[in-house]
Amino acid sequence: MAKIEMDPLRWKQEVLKKYPSKIAKKRDKSIVVHEGPENITKIQSNVRTIPGIITQRGCTYAGCKGVVLGPTRDIVNLVHGPIGCSFYAWLTRRNQTLPPTPESPNYMMYAFSTDMQDSNIVFGGEIKLKQACREAFEIFKPKAIGIFSTCPVGLIGDDVHAVAREMKAELGINIFGFSCEGYKGVSQSAGHHIANNALMKHVIGLNDNAPEGKYKINMLGEYNIGGDAFELERILAKCGITMNASFSGNSTMEQFERAHMADLNVVMCHRSINYVAEMMETKYGIPWFKVNFIGADATAKSLRKIAEYFGAQELKDQVEKVIAEEMATVKKAIDEIRPRTEGKMAMMFVGGSRAHHYQELFTELGMSTLSAGYEFGHRDDYEGRRVIPTITVDADSRNIEELTIEKDEAKYRARKTEEELKALDEKGLGFNDYEGMMKDMAKGTLVIDDLSHYEMEKLIEAYHPDVFCAGIKEKYCVQKMGIPLKQLHSYDYGGPYAGFEGAVNFYKDIDMIVNTSVWKLIKAPWEAEPVIEAEYAA
Amino acid sequence: MDSTKKINGAKSPSFGGVGEASFVSTRNACKLCAPLGASVVFKGIKGCIPMIHGSQGCATYIRRYMISHYKEPVDIASSNFSEESTIFGGNKNFIAGIDNIIKQYNPEVIGIASACLSETIGEDIPRLIREYRSVNSDKPLPVFVHASTPSYQGTHIDGFHEAVAAAVSSIAQVSETEKHINIFPGFVSPEDIRNLKEILADFGLDYVLFPDYSDSLDNPHWKDYQLIPEGGTPVADIRRTGSAKASIEFGYVLNQGGLHGRVKSNKTVFTAAEWLEKNCNVPRNSVGMPIGIKETDKFFDVLEKLAGISTPEKYKRQRGRLIDAYVDGHKYLFGKRAIVYGEEDLVIGLVSFLEEIGIETVLVASGGESGMLKDEIDRITQGKRKDMLVVSDMDFESINDIVDDLKPDLMIGNSKGYYITRRLGIPLVRVSFPIHDRFGAQRLRHLCYEGTQELFDRITNVLIEYKQEHSPVGYKYI
Repeated sequence: MAKIEMDPLRWKQEVLKKYPSKIAKKRDKSIVVHEGPENITKIQSNVRTIPGIITQRGCTYAGCKGVVLGPTRDIVNLVHGPIGCSFYAWLTRRNQTLPPTPESPNYMMYAFSTDMQDSNIVFGGEIKLKQACREAFEIFKPKAIGIFSTCPVGLIGDDVHAVAREMKAELGINIFGFSCEGYKGVSQSAGHHIANNALMKHVIGLNDNAPEGKYKINMLGEYNIGGDAFELERILAKCGITMNASFSGNSTMEQFERAHMADLNVVMCHRSINYVAEMMETKYGIPWFKVNFIGADATAKSLRKIAEYFGAQELKDQVEKVIAEEMATVKKAIDEIRPRTEGKMAMMFVGGSRAHHYQELFTELGMSTLSAGYEFGHRDDYEGRRVIPTITVDADSRNIEELTIEKDEAKYRARKTEEELKALDEKGLGFNDYEGMMKDMAKGTLVIDDLSHYEMEKLIEAYHPDVFCAGIKEKYCVQKMGIPLKQLHSYDYGGPYAGFEGAVNFYKDIDMIVNTSVWKLIKAPWEAEPVIEAEYAA
Repeated sequence: MDSTKKINGAKSPSFGGVGEASFVSTRNACKLCAPLGASVVFKGIKGCIPMIHGSQGCATYIRRYMISHYKEPVDIASSNFSEESTIFGGNKNFIAGIDNIIKQYNPEVIGIASACLSETIGEDIPRLIREYRSVNSDKPLPVFVHASTPSYQGTHIDGFHEAVAAAVSSIAQVSETEKHINIFPGFVSPEDIRNLKEILADFGLDYVLFPDYSDSLDNPHWKDYQLIPEGGTPVADIRRTGSAKASIEFGYVLNQGGLHGRVKSNKTVFTAAEWLEKNCNVPRNSVGMPIGIKETDKFFDVLEKLAGISTPEKYKRQRGRLIDAYVDGHKYLFGKRAIVYGEEDLVIGLVSFLEEIGIETVLVASGGESGMLKDEIDRITQGKRKDMLVVSDMDFESINDIVDDLKPDLMIGNSKGYYITRRLGIPLVRVSFPIHDRFGAQRLRHLCYEGTQELFDRITNVLIEYKQEHSPVGYKYI
């Protein structure tokens, strides 16, 4: 099918025309025709979705229970609420975990719920919640229990935090609650923040026993979808870098408890976890910078940044050796595949970092990204952290507790002097910074926050991308339009896509979906459109 | 064996008497939430867009689950409650939501399901609809259907039947009795619905089948994208359910689980066919889910009576082939032990079928909580199966706790039981909803002679395959 070239500005105007004027005004600010990396303009994001517009977004509970705490295998996640919320967050993200032995605790395949009934809504659910905590303890003797609040809990006034304190004293294990009722925030992003806060308050810093290793890092914002974390663990181990804690792909409570013992925090998904990175720097003196392990070149770059941070020549040499070895396989794959993907076009609307990170992989395939946007990103994820001071704090953001973090006198340890940090920063490590998605996008592309269903259809209609990346909710709409969809939340059934081996997997999968023969069958022989050669004048 | 002893002997520390799990918490639920059931029904109304009045996560999660099962676009709007709307009420969000749906989709119907949030704050949705109608009385408006579906009352099946009853009771019109009949098949697959429509047509019956999501949740590939997928029972047809000569309703339990724990004792639970019988004098014919020979025969008896003709030859032959298959397959099946789980009416139908083919059901489990399951199963088995454990309000972990002692050869139910069959190394025959680890869930057949035939073949084949895989000899001929 021939591509219809439409000026992005004209596309935007046509899309807005269909909305009632008030909504058009609101969406106008969230749809940006990008003026190029040198001229980043403001994009409205992290604002309430308009009712009745079908959104990709989930709720606060989903971000807290499903995303951040979900991939940790040895905490019992107890959902306080009616049954639906627990059922729907039951291992649906394809997070993987690998307990060291078959006997090691792994509660990820369980969906525990208080399954509130009418009488609990009327008379309160605290007694049932306490009993559920006792049951979870009786069955598993877990190290920790997390209690997650769903919509009705806040309304009926159940105090999950008080119950958590009481049960912690009674059962003698770490128990803590999350006020992550679904309506609390704009999207799942609010839930990430609430989860970050609780980890900081209740878990991080409890255990000073760190694993052996000269170069200890924490990996923040990597959730082991499709086995990504396993590939990163493999690469880091090969380089001689010790993963002290992962937040939270293939993670354990022990890792969280000892997170303060690492010497560097590297941040993958900025949106979901930057709060913990910041708080750990203030409290324990651990510097952080942004990395990206999606894409082979990006992986190499991130490894070099880590080696540069630690500064040891032996580490730098080892990292170069690993990169050279791994890149040989990657090059072989890309040389074979790229001629078939070169020049094709992608669009991606996912998450708070994936829509940025995956552009790297498409670039490696010789494909361009015409349009991208986040589902639950904030302005800093688009425009870079430099805009944080100018972000307006609205009622929804004020809803979420901002922890006041102070230096922990006993456990604080400056990892580098001010001068050292400054010198490293000048080498391009970019401490405490994230430049955002728009910095890596070309002039004339369309950046759209919280893409609505209707806008998605219009994008596809106008530009016919060769692949559209989003999630399962969009998948069959897009495929009904004859365009392949790649799920970038759960990777369909594929993965890993991180690191070097992951990059090769991704090349193969994209090659398969953009070149599969099925697209040629979509038009039936009798559907060939007649060519109109002349028209009657009216 | 006394079934009480069986349960007490299991490793579960505090699993008490028969039919009652003494765990307070639900561990791996064997049920979904009520607004999901209502959303499926709304997809079965022509030109309908569902809206969930509550937090946006509900619509997102429910879409996620329906889409991964049906593999089709499923648009469900939300009124996107914020903290402010939970305190001051959701009327602003309601109005904005409806406005935007109309503007974007121009639907014929908007189906509104309430979520826990709007129910807990006591939102009066009928009033919101009335007000919306009166403010916008100068414009052509869609038909509104409202189902009250808090997740803390009953399960997805209660939400399903609530929505069917809500649509019928708000749209049906009483008038002179006409020739057509109504059929309310319940929560069955799109392929089952197509099968039923073919049967009704072959009987020469004019019918209204509701909800009909056989197209809207299983569409062909489109030449042009359809904002609202085609298919669904037209409103005009729902209207004429009031003038039908009879209704057929599948299921013995239906939505009686919704009574469980309901504080609104003044509001009685009714099904669509019950409502029509009471308010429109449309006689109700209640049959079970027609799975297996006996239950399907009952359904065909009703069809013969209503159509005034005997069963067409085509179906006599289907029935004959099914019995022939029962005979040919008995040596693979007889005495095998099965666990069935899922919606109450589904498991009742499955048990009736398994009784016919000689498979012994050792546990019937449901997340449903009507309190009727045991009696219904006893009726089906004529009280002969004293060993059969029948447990309502059961979750997967409670099954897992006792499953080793039950020594099943296979399990029959949705995808969620896979982890148990994986541990035991036995086959799982996937039926019902959700099925997200196999392809083609929307095309699975369960009902009537041909649907049963398909199910029978699948069950027989997984047992043959199991035997073959576990045989030290590589038999190609079994």
